[in-house]
Amino acid sequence: MSPAAFWQIVLELLVAGAISVPFGHYLARVFQDQKTLLDPVLDPVDGLIYRLIGRDVVKQAMDWKGYAAGMLLTNLLMGLLIYGILSWQGHLPWNPLHFPDVNPLLAFNTAASFITNTNWQNYGGESTLSLFSQMAAITFPMFTSAATGVVVAIAFFRALGPARDKGRNLGNFYRDFVRVLTRVFLLPCLFITPILVWTGSPETLTGMVTAHLIQGGTQHIPMGPVADLEVIKHLGTNGGGFFNANSAHPFENPTPLSNLIETLLMMVTPMALVITFGRMVGNRKLARVMYGVMASMLVVAMFVAVGAEQRGTPLLAHAGLMQHAGGGQMGGNMVGKEVRFGITQSAIFDTVSTAFTTGSVNSALDSYTPLGGMVSLVQMMLNCVFGGKGVGTLNFLMYGLFAVFIAGLMVGRTPEFLGKKIEKREIVLASLALLVHPLIILIPTAWSLVSPYGVSSLGNSGSHGLSEVLYAFTSAAANNGSAFAGLNGNTPWYNVSLGLVILFGRYASIIFMLAIAGSLAAKPPVQETIGTLKTDTALFGGFWFATIIVVGALTFLPGLVLGPIAEYFALYAHHTLSGVGR
Amino acid sequence: MSEAAAGAPGHTEVHRKGTRELIAQAIVDSFQKFHPAVQIRNPVMFIVWLSMFVTLALTFDPRLFGKTDVTAAYNGFVTAILFFTVWFANFAEALAEGRGKAQADSLRQTKTDVTARRIVNDDTFEVVMAGALRKGDRVRVERGEIIPTDGEILEGIASVDESAITGESAPVLKEPGTDMFSTVTGGTRILSDWLVFRVSADPGHTFLDRMIHLVEGARRQKTPNEIALTVLLAVLSLIFVVVVATLKPLAAFLHINLDVATLIALLVALMPTTIGALLSAIGIAGIDRATRFNVLAMSGRAVEAAGDVQTLILDKTGTITMGNRQATEFVPLPGHNESDVASIALAASWYDTTPEGRSIVALAVARGAKHDPAWEPGQGVEFTAETRMSGTDLADGRKARKGAVAAVARYVQEGFKTTAPAELKGAAELVARKGATPLALAIDGDLVGVIGLSDVLKPGMRERFAHMRSLGIKTVMVTGDNPITARVIAEQAGVDDFVAEAKPEDKIRVIRSEQARGRLVAMTGDGTNDAPALAQADVGLAMHSGTVPAKEAANMIDLDSDPTKLIDVVAIGKQLLITRGALTTFSIANDVAKYFAMLPAMFMLALPGVSALNVMHLATPESAVLSALIFNAIIIPILIPLALRGVRFQPTTANHMLARNVLLYGLGGLIVPFIGIKVIDLLLSPFLR
Repeated sequence: MSPAAFWQIVLELLVAGAISVPFGHYLARVFQDQKTLLDPVLDPVDGLIYRLIGRDVVKQAMDWKGYAAGMLLTNLLMGLLIYGILSWQGHLPWNPLHFPDVNPLLAFNTAASFITNTNWQNYGGESTLSLFSQMAAITFPMFTSAATGVVVAIAFFRALGPARDKGRNLGNFYRDFVRVLTRVFLLPCLFITPILVWTGSPETLTGMVTAHLIQGGTQHIPMGPVADLEVIKHLGTNGGGFFNANSAHPFENPTPLSNLIETLLMMVTPMALVITFGRMVGNRKLARVMYGVMASMLVVAMFVAVGAEQRGTPLLAHAGLMQHAGGGQMGGNMVGKEVRFGITQSAIFDTVSTAFTTGSVNSALDSYTPLGGMVSLVQMMLNCVFGGKGVGTLNFLMYGLFAVFIAGLMVGRTPEFLGKKIEKREIVLASLALLVHPLIILIPTAWSLVSPYGVSSLGNSGSHGLSEVLYAFTSAAANNGSAFAGLNGNTPWYNVSLGLVILFGRYASIIFMLAIAGSLAAKPPVQETIGTLKTDTALFGGFWFATIIVVGALTFLPGLVLGPIAEYFALYAHHTLSGVGR
Repeated sequence: MSEAAAGAPGHTEVHRKGTRELIAQAIVDSFQKFHPAVQIRNPVMFIVWLSMFVTLALTFDPRLFGKTDVTAAYNGFVTAILFFTVWFANFAEALAEGRGKAQADSLRQTKTDVTARRIVNDDTFEVVMAGALRKGDRVRVERGEIIPTDGEILEGIASVDESAITGESAPVLKEPGTDMFSTVTGGTRILSDWLVFRVSADPGHTFLDRMIHLVEGARRQKTPNEIALTVLLAVLSLIFVVVVATLKPLAAFLHINLDVATLIALLVALMPTTIGALLSAIGIAGIDRATRFNVLAMSGRAVEAAGDVQTLILDKTGTITMGNRQATEFVPLPGHNESDVASIALAASWYDTTPEGRSIVALAVARGAKHDPAWEPGQGVEFTAETRMSGTDLADGRKARKGAVAAVARYVQEGFKTTAPAELKGAAELVARKGATPLALAIDGDLVGVIGLSDVLKPGMRERFAHMRSLGIKTVMVTGDNPITARVIAEQAGVDDFVAEAKPEDKIRVIRSEQARGRLVAMTGDGTNDAPALAQADVGLAMHSGTVPAKEAANMIDLDSDPTKLIDVVAIGKQLLITRGALTTFSIANDVAKYFAMLPAMFMLALPGVSALNVMHLATPESAVLSALIFNAIIIPILIPLALRGVRFQPTTANHMLARNVLLYGLGGLIVPFIGIKVIDLLLSPFLR
């Protein structure tokens, strides 16, 4: 790896880390109802919204069921709204290019995808959606789905918090939801959107410009309100592009500077939430351990991905191509990558995008080396390398419950975490949450690979084809939305199956985790002694990490062996294309 | 603790039953456990059990699920290994249950139907079967008879042989009215005299019934923690079922035909069968360790709760100290030296037969005092509650007296018109500050000195409390002593806190305040007035010599009536939990090596590059699959002794313990199977060629 690549990784992580700490403290202040500088401006705004919702609704304390019901109801209504907008877009305003209504299955898939923060796209934005749909059915849920993820995590943190008088109360969903929207997501959008506009991203209601080319002829260039979408797409770890090419498109991601801004935006909220966790549960050392474990996984992923792409492929070496960086050349595997980003910025972007379950891409993953592509796949299988805002932290905590349960026994106590006993109910619920992920990835993957309607969508055969399907369902289950490409998802089978996987992946694990929160909140705290398992140590961090790898990742090893690992070995064993896909 | 871990020397006949006999019985029982109704209680092993039948069918017809290259012999081999895997699990459980079962059998013999004399009215009684007795009936038992059921003594005094229950052969004197020793237990034998008692338990609910029920592991309820772990293991197994089931279509997409027997081998190897097979045995063995220690836990939950305890509430007398005060020092008052005090103390105690009196004599002799024949024939004066003094009227007319400081001071004032010297108060306080009880000593009107009587700590208590502290367990001493004495004893013993001048109801107050701070509390008790506190405590250990209400309120009963055992019970509970956690870690960590053995074996023919993952260089795909499966099976019997004995437990901080166990069972669990599978492969592969 070139020194330049090394320093890019280190510096980007350091900058993101530096932003995440104060941001995390700010989030904690927001949700603990402590004063912030923005209160004088935002309190009246919130007050107005509360009046719309109903002041009594916003005031009532909610147990986990109330909180979950509020979340589900809000999401259901918004999901139906999105479905309606997409299905009726031909009759709605701001449709300069006169796109027809979206077909029902694609509308279902898209609604499910965007309401769940997945942003899997079985359509090309510029050729399918009206500007109104882009704003009301795409950008709008980007805010609300991100807000949903954050507030369920906050509810969970409250359950583990030290305050003893609140009983089963997890807070008020509606109030949290409003506060996270106004105080965390809307405000940065107002300030960062102009910067992206400055780098070259359009923000307009004009649907298309027609360019007269020098060499003659004309080109129709679609555009629209892109810059604001880009901000929330990354800040909310959404990932759905305005254009089919996503962040590889020059309007979505015009320059290396916009690329850096987008990369950082993806990272800050999930990173900050770990800090928020530490502050809300009153154990910052534990937060540092968690942060350390997640950051270590991310660093390894980045180095492997950047290294693999920089190393190039033996196929190109065989063809006599120079793959070393230097002399103004980037070297490595440039297939499917934008010249303005190069190897390093492409690999970093995609590693961050799959770690933080954003799913936006600035290069074609399908053309990555097997190892480079596998990094993205594995991160989505783990789904807790920081992960999407809120749910990533929750997933990490779910593995933490297992680690606590087993390590807790090994110190001779029935397990406890942050002073709460981890008992039958929590383990049953966490086990169910654990079960969902492999189930909804492996079963539909297997189904797709043996059914004619599944196989017919594939762009490749052999191991690479297997990777494409595995990647699609992993991305859907992890609510990532990152696409490997090469797979035509806009078929009845994939629209429905991916849509359902997306919904299960989102709501099943959230409901199980909220139920755990409810159970933990109701428990009397147990006093900590030196006989208590310390979870805020490097030792336990290591055990936590091992639990994630052995319980979470090994499940997928057989699939990986048949996909990217087989491809990797074939590539190096045969040095020929025929070895890649039979 | 060490004693408990090593298995305390058993008392009853059962405990002497040979290991060989137990193993023979376990082998028989282990075959009965192949019954589906038994298997289904353990989801992990149930899947192995089901898989066994699938491979058995494939042994008869290898083409049952389509075209395949594998032979019937291979399938037969897999079936055999699966059979042994299940059988080893059955054997582990049967062996763990064996000891309890044998004990239950011998208890049942004790229970063989006996007749009882039920009192109808004041002077008539009828002879009925023991089973006909109901709560509230009055029963008379006489010398040589078996006591038919549990009860509280109303009349009579008798010695009772309780060895059938406690294993202790020395007879116990029973009489009414005392808080201790006023209850009888069904199944014990009255050795002398007679008793009339009121029946306190209906048939099926006697102590003996409960004991039989408890020592029989078979009907043992799973503890919540065990259920939670079972669920976790079941879900992990279910995940692997999905992984393996979907692997076939995934491979089919790449035109790789995977054999069902090999897939089943992969599934069984990946499932947490090691802990699944041993989980039940670990729990039973944990309770059994308590039982062998003569502590009867009312449930497995109680033993586990003991491991969780954060505060121990201990009576001073009888638990921390020996309970009988002994003379430890003589403090002379002005005008006397220590040998004067020793000499007069000897004179004052010459006829005193109480343990305290004997200890004064012993100390005086040790300090060089000699019995003066001129004192004879003296007249002993016994202690009364009124005088609060005792002593000797010597032959030379002098009167030697010892007793409560105030009482002796009054005695010299009233009898001899001498005022006690001002230094008396100082000397008495000096003694009290050391935790001793001061006795003033006078001869006629002359106050000679002060005798210090101390309650002596039981040996080793300080170390035990230090161990407890290193485990994060707080010890609280409860005593009726004054605060000064209590403080001194507390410091000597090294307890963390004490409650002085405690009344019985103070115990429950202490428990509640500890629990309010989020601590789990254990205590011991024997009296009826301890019952509420025993019930309130998270772990209540009642003495078998105690009253029925105390025993009913507690969740453990110590048959030896030794309150210090609470400390050992804590260790047994911890050891049980650690063993469970350690073997779970080991079992799950094993998967890494099994993946590296089996995945390359399954795919290296179709995807040649994958053989790079064959880091163990296993000979052939068949040998790799079978070696991993054999390792998976034989690790179970290898770990049975560890499961039954419990992992080594040393009192240390949680962090230390975790580091040690993660290193041993986590890292060990990663490495051991790599070696084991390789060794089996080396042994096996020559036969497969």
